[in-house]
Formats: sequence, structure tokens, C-alpha cells
Amino acid sequence: MKFPYSEKVLEHFKNPKNVGKIDNADGKATEGSPACGDMVSVYISVDPKELTITDIKFESYGCASNIATGSIITELAKGMKLEDAKKISWQQASDALGGLPPVKAHCAVLAIEGLRSAIENYEEKHGLVKEKKPTTMEIVRSRLKKVMNPLSGLDLIRTELVKGIDVSGGIVTVKVDLPSGHQFASNIKEEIDDKIGTLWDVKEVHVEFTD
Amino acid sequence: MERKIVYMDNSSATRMDEKVLEAMMPYYFDVYAVASSEFGYSLGIEAKEALDGARETIGKRVNAEAESIVFTSGSTESSNMALKGVAMALANKKGKHIIVSKIEDFPVLNSAKHLERQGFSVTYLDVGADGRVDPSVLSDSIKKDTILVSIQHANQEIGTIQDIGEIGRICHERDVIFHTDATHSFTRVPVDVQSSSVDLMTISAHTIHGPKGIGALYVRPKTIIEKWMDGGYQERDRRAGLENIPGALGFAKATELVSENENERLRKMRDHLIERIMMEVSHVTLNGNREKRVPQNANITFHYVEGESITLHMDLRGFSLSTGSACFSKSLEASHVIRGIGGDHERAHGSVRFTLGRYNSMNEVDSVVENISEVINKLREISPLMEKG
Repeated sequence: MKFPYSEKVLEHFKNPKNVGKIDNADGKATEGSPACGDMVSVYISVDPKELTITDIKFESYGCASNIATGSIITELAKGMKLEDAKKISWQQASDALGGLPPVKAHCAVLAIEGLRSAIENYEEKHGLVKEKKPTTMEIVRSRLKKVMNPLSGLDLIRTELVKGIDVSGGIVTVKVDLPSGHQFASNIKEEIDDKIGTLWDVKEVHVEFTD
Repeated sequence: MERKIVYMDNSSATRMDEKVLEAMMPYYFDVYAVASSEFGYSLGIEAKEALDGARETIGKRVNAEAESIVFTSGSTESSNMALKGVAMALANKKGKHIIVSKIEDFPVLNSAKHLERQGFSVTYLDVGADGRVDPSVLSDSIKKDTILVSIQHANQEIGTIQDIGEIGRICHERDVIFHTDATHSFTRVPVDVQSSSVDLMTISAHTIHGPKGIGALYVRPKTIIEKWMDGGYQERDRRAGLENIPGALGFAKATELVSENENERLRKMRDHLIERIMMEVSHVTLNGNREKRVPQNANITFHYVEGESITLHMDLRGFSLSTGSACFSKSLEASHVIRGIGGDHERAHGSVRFTLGRYNSMNEVDSVVENISEVINKLREISPLMEKG
């Protein structure tokens, strides 16, 4: 029988490692949403002196790639220094799994983002980040790179679906190059709200379509 | 390689019945000539008689005259022929407005979209939470220039059956041609094209243990429809191309082999499947109408888990099932049917379709229930959406 997934992916899919929550985790984050069909939560315990990850767990709602990638990054990151764990790339995760089908690459990105956000969450809580930066167009742009265009499995920025970003007085406006009646319009709007609305100084998110 | 597969995706394709192949074989090896008129040679005349015999068998099943059955290559071609054939015939005579439901299968939906690009206007009718079209909404949508209503008999994913009797009556009252896609109901649910005022009906052999690549369009006599594929004058000049005689014979045999007893057996197994899952697995939603539903279909959303993970786990355990999840589809698009009945993306992502056929047994139904509840528990263990403890 031929599957599109490597043996390694199937192994992690069938028996994922480090599954679950950590109660009172030092850092935690959730990326993705049920609407887009993929979601990952990452929990970390951190040694405050060494700044290493002493324990890591994940939860996943999603396809086989999502589950396998969540599992592999917990294995890769366990015991690492925060600085090093932040640098794990989706390519490394994918390589460690013996490769992922190209159409599923975004699932690996999601797990990596989850890990990075959990580390940032720890750093924010422990005063390891300097002053909170005000939201800028660049920050919005980089967040939009995590919103997938379901037509291609790539993000909105890469597929040039974002035609304009405006940030003023806590109100962020994102212009999307799709008609509001498009099959994925509601999905994409929901995702953008999710990614931008959580920034500390953003009060409202407006998504504008072409019509 | 010998392997035990529990196949429950019979609305996608079915295992062919040996009796069907037996009925087809002579037309590959003995009577292989092209169907010819009564003035042709004997072998061709024999082929023609066999073809017309198949036509009669299939027609009888829906109370149609034999000549009104036009053989095609399957459902996709039949529905293309119905929508594009009527559109081309009536665009300059009557109008350019077409009505379809939002949950039609792709041949109808994408033919409608194609016609929209050619300047036709299309109304996509909403359906209720159980997938049913409200006949009064349909009636309100018919305009002066409406030429065609295309509403399926049974849905491909959730199995919901439409009231085609009432829909056909409204169409005839308003002098609009009525097409129905009966791919998933043909032989499984009785249809009478006379009493239900159907003008055009798509049917296929692949869903009833017949061969792939053969279907038909029922065309009520005097229905105005233009031939859209050019070639020879086969099928009373309605569908060009060398007739698939073995296919037609196989289709006829497959039609004969579906009995009411079998449908009752499928219904019992299906009911058992639904009852057990609803009882034994928490956080589930049955998609579609519980009563007005084809006997072979169950479609259930397992909340907090994603369909591709479910079907892959089930495949690793030897079960073939399909899902409305975006991940599973070639288009990475969540099911338009589940979305059409008011479900959100999550409900589509977690939906699993079980479609039963002749070769499934009650033991297999029990086994699929037991395995899927294990898989769901396992996936919910790791799901961040599931509240635990």
C-alpha cells in the first residue's frame, strides 16, 4: 500500500510523542484555528537559570502532517536552550520526518510557529522582552504570513492576496484581493481577525474585500 | 495480495457484481459489432437489439419509455448534457435563467458556473439544515426567463432526498424544464418519472455495482434539448459516439440486481450504524435528514477532531471511508454540502461519510463502529479543542 506520507510521519501520527497539556506551564501558545482545519497548542516548562526547555507537550487538531510535526518538534526542542529552540525551522522539522508532501508544508509551519510563540509567551511573562512594541505595518505583515490561502496552501502575503495594510489609532485595516462572496472569504476574515486582533494594542480589525 | 478491506465508500464507486460481468462478456467477445439499423449485417442487428433491451430494462425501473433513455459515459456527462443542452436550446428562444440548489454535486454545480461565465444567470437555492429545498422558495425564484431547474434527487454526501414530486409539479405548472441528478438514488429509492414530472434525469451504473464509465440521461419525449457533443447520429441523434454496448448491458443487469430486499438490508445496517455511533460516541452530529435519506448513507460529524486524521487512522486499520474535510479533498476545500446546510468549517472538517453496498455485512458495521470510536477517542486525547477531565 502506498501512502503520501513517509514511514516516519506515519509513526509519529500513530503514536505521537509528548502529547497533552502541562498544568501551570511556563509558556504556552496556540496557533491556527478550527476554521482552517489545523490547530496546534504548545506548552513548555523552562529552567529559569539555564533558560532551557525542561519539558514540552503539544495538542493538535488537524491532519496527519499537523500531528506528526507537533510530535517531532517536541522531540527536537526538549532540552534545548530557548534561543536555539526558537531557530528550529520548518525545513528541519520536515527533514526530521523524512519529508512532507508539499501541499502539507503549511502544517509544519504551524507547529513551528506554535513553539516560537510559546517561547515568546515565556519571555513576555518573565520580562525577557524589552518594552512592548507598538503594532506597525511590518508586524501586521509578518502576522499575515501565518494566515493561509486555502487555494494554494501558502500564506496570504506569499500569494499576494493582501493589497493593503493600514494601522492607525489601534484600528488595523487589511485589504484582501478577493470578492466578499468568494468561497474562502469568511474563512480568511476569521483567520485575520484571529491573528491581528490578539496584538496588545489593537482594538479593531477591519477586513476589506474587493467589492 | 490478499488483504481484508472493509469498504464503505460505495457512493464513490462500487465493487462490480460478477453477474454484471457475465452479462457484459458476450458483447466483448461474440457480439462485438457496432449497433446497426435493421438493414445492416446480422451481428450489428444483434448488438442493436441487445442495446435496446438494456434501454428497456433501465427505463422500466423508473416507468420511462425505452427510447427516452440516452446512454452516456456516466453522471458527469449526463448532467453536463442536461444543463448545457437545455441552455443552448433555449437561450435565444426563452431566456437565460437557471436554478440549481447550493448542494448539487460538481457536474451540475460546475456546469451552472460555466454557463454563468457564458452570460447565463444562475440562482443557487439555499437548503434547510437537513439539506432540503423548500418548494415554495423554489417557486418564488422562478422568473419569466427561467429555462431550467436542476435539483438533485438525493445528495452525494449527506443522502438527503428531495421532494422531486412537488418540485416537478411546480416546474411543470410554470412551464420550466426540470432536471434531477439521481446518481445516488437510482434503484435505491423508487422513482416514477411520470408521476413526479421529471423531464431529465441523470443516472449511473457505478453506484449500483455496475461498470464504471456508463450512465444515462432520461429525456422526456419532446423535451427541448440540443446535442452538445458533435459526431455521429447515435442514440437517436442525441449523443454522438460509438455505443458502449457491454457497458449498457452491464448497467441493465446491475439495475435488475438491486432489489427492495437489498435496500431494506442496507437500511437496517445503516440504522444500526447511526444508532450505535450516536449512543456510543459523544459530541457527534448526524448530517442530513434522518428519515428522508437514501438507505445506504450515513454522514456524521465527530466534533473536535479532523476528518483526514480519522480516515487515515481508519485506513491503517483497513476501513475505506471518506470525509468532507478540506485536507482530504483535491481542492483543499471543505465540503460545500456541509457548509450549505449551515455547518461551519469545523463541522465540515470533522465529517465522515459511510456509504454501504451489497458486499457489506452487519459484522462490518459493528466493526467500523468499534474502530471509529477508538480512533475518535485517541484523536480527542490530543485535541486542544476537547475539554478533558
